[in-house]
Amino acid sequence: MTEETGAPSAPPPAARAEAPLLQLAGIVKSFPGCLANDRVDLSIRRGEIHALLGENGAGKSTLVKIIYGVLRPDAGEIRWQGKPIQIANPAFARKLGIGMVFQHFSLFEALTVAENIALGINDPAQRKDLRQRIAAVSESYGLPLDADRAVHDLSVGERQRIEIVRCLLQDPQLLIMDEPTSVLTPQEVERLFGTLRRLSQEGRAILYISHKLEEIRALCERATIMRLGRVVAECDPRRESARRLAELMIGTELKAPSHRKSTDSGMAPRLAVRNLSLRSDQQFGTDLKEVNLSVAGGEILGIGGVAGNGQTELMAALSGETVVDRPDAIQIDGKPVGRLGPGPRRTSGATFVPEERNGHGAVRDMTLAENAFLSAYRRLGFVRNGLISAGDAGRFAGKVIHSFDVRTTGPLAEARSLSGGNLQKFIVGREILQAPGVLVVSQPTWGVDAGAAASIHQALLDLADAGTAVLIISQDLDEIFSICDRIAVIYQGRLSQARPVGAATPEEIGLLMGGAQPEATSEPSHVHQA
Amino acid sequence: MFIRLEPRGQRSAPWSYASPVLALALSLVTAAIIFAALGKDPLQSLYTFFISPLTSATGRPELFVKAAPLVLIAVGLSLGFRANVWNIGAEGQYTIGAILGGGVGLALYGDGNPLTFPAMMIGGAVGGMAWAAIPAFLRTRFNANEILTSLMLTYVAQLLLIYLVAGPWRDPQGYGFPQSRLFDESGTSPNLIAGTRLHFGVLAAFVVVGLGWILLARSLIGFQLKVVGQAPRAARYAGFSESRLVWFSMLLGGGLAGLAGLFEVAGPVGQLTPQISPGYGFTAIIVAFLGRLHPLGVLLAGLLLALSYLGGEKAQIELGMPNAVTGIFQGILLFYLLACDVLILYRVKIRRRFGSVSAGATS
Repeated sequence: MTEETGAPSAPPPAARAEAPLLQLAGIVKSFPGCLANDRVDLSIRRGEIHALLGENGAGKSTLVKIIYGVLRPDAGEIRWQGKPIQIANPAFARKLGIGMVFQHFSLFEALTVAENIALGINDPAQRKDLRQRIAAVSESYGLPLDADRAVHDLSVGERQRIEIVRCLLQDPQLLIMDEPTSVLTPQEVERLFGTLRRLSQEGRAILYISHKLEEIRALCERATIMRLGRVVAECDPRRESARRLAELMIGTELKAPSHRKSTDSGMAPRLAVRNLSLRSDQQFGTDLKEVNLSVAGGEILGIGGVAGNGQTELMAALSGETVVDRPDAIQIDGKPVGRLGPGPRRTSGATFVPEERNGHGAVRDMTLAENAFLSAYRRLGFVRNGLISAGDAGRFAGKVIHSFDVRTTGPLAEARSLSGGNLQKFIVGREILQAPGVLVVSQPTWGVDAGAAASIHQALLDLADAGTAVLIISQDLDEIFSICDRIAVIYQGRLSQARPVGAATPEEIGLLMGGAQPEATSEPSHVHQA
Repeated sequence: MFIRLEPRGQRSAPWSYASPVLALALSLVTAAIIFAALGKDPLQSLYTFFISPLTSATGRPELFVKAAPLVLIAVGLSLGFRANVWNIGAEGQYTIGAILGGGVGLALYGDGNPLTFPAMMIGGAVGGMAWAAIPAFLRTRFNANEILTSLMLTYVAQLLLIYLVAGPWRDPQGYGFPQSRLFDESGTSPNLIAGTRLHFGVLAAFVVVGLGWILLARSLIGFQLKVVGQAPRAARYAGFSESRLVWFSMLLGGGLAGLAGLFEVAGPVGQLTPQISPGYGFTAIIVAFLGRLHPLGVLLAGLLLALSYLGGEKAQIELGMPNAVTGIFQGILLFYLLACDVLILYRVKIRRRFGSVSAGATS
């Protein structure tokens, strides 16, 4: 499987001789009970696109926070353009010329896009003609943004665009990007890569954190791989296979998801949506228009699409957080549930994994036992005479932790103490172990490392094998192509016809995601495998 | 020297318990300074205010008499506060409870019916719930802020009480004073211990603390209140109805406040007058927060603030201080509590010079 994606950008020859733009030597950082960075060395040259790879908990975030001045190292040296420095705070890092796009956004929900960007700019003089500069940057880097919209109405994908534009406006020498492409279409990813390559040709360095190994192989010229706080390898990712990179990262051999026998399409649908139209209650939300879909037992249907095209509204309508007027618009095992809330839908046989882990799928300040109780008590009978059976909930949480290899101290650990990937495994496991007839999952592996993503994918496949109808709403096309049987695309609230993944190419799907009408292709399909 | 607050990133459990203790200590120091400024001996004044009310055999039961309404109200409020339902109008619900329950007592006056007192209790609870139902309806139907509506209704309730006792319900043998007649024996709370004023409401307060604890720790509705307060989206995801929880919190808080009002008029006061509350409904808000929104903490905080009422009376009698001293102490305590609660989410960093950390850097 050889893949050549564009000419790799060579840094200007002069840069080779100079001191590295940023050099870290022997960085140590420990937290109570955990050595997050253990003598980490890293050097980034001008104009290079450098990948930082590692599982959640490998110490990438800590390292990046040290570079960005959020954390201070316990020991070790940082050199910027050859000079030893101390990066006291993010403002100082920005002044040096380090910009960062975080995976978790720091935006004020009540303010508009332009106001949020203005807040990140220290120099008042730069705030003038800001709107034009936002428009210029978002135009030239392919990141469409409406400067006047309030952030609380924006989807995850649109929020990320704000962060990227905000960073680019600061004209950084080193741009740190934490999982930036998880919410873009393949075409948009290509455009972003074009942007990043152009930035690198301008002599800017990019530190690129991603779990998408194919992307790293296509984009980056050097990779530093971390495991358990240490650097375990440094390599040229273009010369390694994705599989090899993943194995270096997780330290064991990776199992490809075991594929199943083809599904019997003659079965009655367990989840059916019939002509579902819904006005969004958000001012800038997306109305759902005439959505039709059906998922049979044993089948996995994937819904692709760019963030903000109605996924949030569809998820809310399916889970019952938004009820719809017509009972038969949504049916679970033939039972009309359109007017029922989340509770009765669960007892009818469905379980749900929402996109956002913190504060939606789980309550951060509650224990895992309480979080297990949160969505499982109805189906598993954890309430007797109005009183909670804490023991049953704790045992169920323990079962989820054990079956899904959740790294935690136990059912009494608070949800916020878990890393993102582990919390996601817990939430997915909690929904799967309720043995649902229908499982609806939004963004099952967003911001989750490769190891955790693989185990979540395997669990979803196993669940479908056991006869459950699984619906996955995802912006990660690799994910859809690797585990789904059929794919449909949502664009501006309309859902395309579902087609077997074998009969669709990522390029075609990408066009649908951008709103283009599908054209008949005579090309043989190629299945994209990660 | 620079003092800076730095976010901890998470709530500090030790500080959430240490904060009320520190706030109390700071309040005592401040109270001593105020006493000294008034020309009194600060230590002796503190003794008079906080210790001497507990030294007499009649004083100790009195502490529970004052604490009972505070605890009854605050348990209800704290459950609502956990769900972000900010019922600030317990004083009004207390007043309407007293009016409706007391009205039942006046209507059945002289019957000698043993069911008079139970009927009055029902009247008190129903009155408080009805008054709390108004903000609950406005919030769930029109999304009107319950802080404002419940607070404003307090003044309506007080005016209604004054109108009734000065007009239709005025005691015909009361020499024109604005007060109702005294309730008859069957309309008065039985005493728990002869020779004290320990009325039925004191027992009820302890029962409510126990029930509130069970409700919060073990019941489904208690769990729902906690989830909706901490993560409203997770509550919707789980299928918990926010408006149902608003109704539940308001009716529970209102019902308990109304009951407290009835116990007060059918017990220590004995009749309806315009002065049936020294601000119990408002002080209960302090009690709820000082007690960390937990029934057991509410019980302790209720006893402390009850002491401030007794101490205020003592200070008036023995030191010649103004009546306002109770309110001043309660205000200082709330002020310090809010300030100390900052330490739950932030840690203090002290720097000698700008830019260098010298103390308290890590914890």
